Amino acid sequence: MESIQAWFRRLYDETGINLTIFYDPWDGLKYLKGIGLTIELAVLSVLLSLVVGVVGAWLQGVRFAPLRWLVYGYIQFFRNTPPLAQLYFFYFGLGALVPTTTNAFGLAEPILNNFQWAVIALSFFAGAFNVEIFRSGIEAVPHTTVEAARALGYSRLKSYIHIVLPLAIRICLPSLNNNLVNLVKTTAIAYAIAVPEALYVANQLWSDNLNVPEMMNVVLVTYLTLVGLFVFGVSRIERALHVPGYTPS
Amino acid sequence: MSGSRFFSSPRWGSTPRATLFCRDTGLPFVDLRWPAGILIVATFLLVAFNADAQSGAARSSVYAILWKWTPLLFQGFCLNLLMSALAMAFGTILGALLGLAQISLLPPVRTGSWALTQVLRNSPWLVTIFYIMYLVPFEVKIGGTVIPLPDWIKATFGFTLPVMANVSEIVRGAIRSIPATQWEAARSLAFTRRQTLWMIIIPQCLKRMLPPWMNLYSILTMGTVLANIVGVSESLTIVRDVLASERRTDLLMPMYAYILVWFFLYIYPISVATVRLERKWSVKG
Repeated sequence: MESIQAWFRRLYDETGINLTIFYDPWDGLKYLKGIGLTIELAVLSVLLSLVVGVVGAWLQGVRFAPLRWLVYGYIQFFRNTPPLAQLYFFYFGLGALVPTTTNAFGLAEPILNNFQWAVIALSFFAGAFNVEIFRSGIEAVPHTTVEAARALGYSRLKSYIHIVLPLAIRICLPSLNNNLVNLVKTTAIAYAIAVPEALYVANQLWSDNLNVPEMMNVVLVTYLTLVGLFVFGVSRIERALHVPGYTPS
Repeated sequence: MSGSRFFSSPRWGSTPRATLFCRDTGLPFVDLRWPAGILIVATFLLVAFNADAQSGAARSSVYAILWKWTPLLFQGFCLNLLMSALAMAFGTILGALLGLAQISLLPPVRTGSWALTQVLRNSPWLVTIFYIMYLVPFEVKIGGTVIPLPDWIKATFGFTLPVMANVSEIVRGAIRSIPATQWEAARSLAFTRRQTLWMIIIPQCLKRMLPPWMNLYSILTMGTVLANIVGVSESLTIVRDVLASERRTDLLMPMYAYILVWFFLYIYPISVATVRLERKWSVKG
């Protein structure tokens, strides 16, 4: 640990490449927390967007038409507007409407902070795609397969749990992964509402230390690593779920 | 019998779509439909009307304020369009070269261009924009003349990078989609590699590349609002400035909805054409 710090300090002295995050514990911890928050943001929005997707796909099939229109409007709106505009809409637009509570110092404080708004906005953004993905996956399960299950005595619910869902998940995995990777990349826009994630913290650090090029590259490497790890993870899941001999078209 | 009771077959309001994501770039397909436009306009009118009713006699109406700022907003919107057009033009030229480099016969060129494409494609757009904004100087000296580089030009370069990477993937995907037999047939007819590429492969690719390329443009046009974060006075920045100067919370929703309508009107024809072309040409492969 000491030697690493010494090495980066010497690097600065000799070449002028100032990577404070590797020798200054304060800066290092700050950046690490930033990365942690980015990961937290990504994980929470991925999970919540999956919930939104499942609920939305279910609502698209209900008999009550206005509910279906609502889901349709939601999908159209979130698929075709810039994520940044959505984030502003949630944080500044809806954020102004939610009630406030008083904190320990007696000051008014909104019940949802900027991090929570970022999670909500990102989840709804990715959720709109997830609805479409889940629905298309379920529709792609051949009717004959379902009929065969029924002929073998499966009830509606059981055939859904044992036959339709496992196949549908495999069919929609590629699109789902694509969408979730997109989501992980989009978390960077939380910068705009001052969520202290990796990009935001990096901005603070290069303002303090005037090491813009170094930190810029660090940020780039950070995001590439995060996206790379995520892609690796989801492709492992995809391979693990692969059924030999079954290639969904 | 339907597939399942929970997720019944599509009805109105859940029209099946050809594609959700672009095959080559993985970017979402912008698929606008007129009900969405009506929805946005209706929301805008409803919210503006509500806000108007609350504004009372003493204050000027929401519509009057929107009308007052329209010229300025239009200026900002034009900057969005200018940035998107320039970034698309540069990105297409550079991306086409990068895409061709990806199918080069020289391994270092192939690997290098592949790596560059992947890096630019997999980093968030905001990060590449920051990269260019902070690392490109505000003016460059060529010979004796000083050429100033205003913010919006730098942002345009920032947008050019991801566009370049995505165009590169579109080109590579299109060329790879042409069956290998075409290459072999051309070779047996004594075409050189360059002739094969220019006279046989690329003409067939153009059709396949057009829909994803147009979709990339739609995404880019919407993406230009990211320049707001780095302080370029494009439409979203102006919206926020106007809101700050008017200091009225009831103006917030109508203002954002108003600018969204403009984006909708601009992107709608492109989106419709993209989806139509995609559907028309995807059948033939």
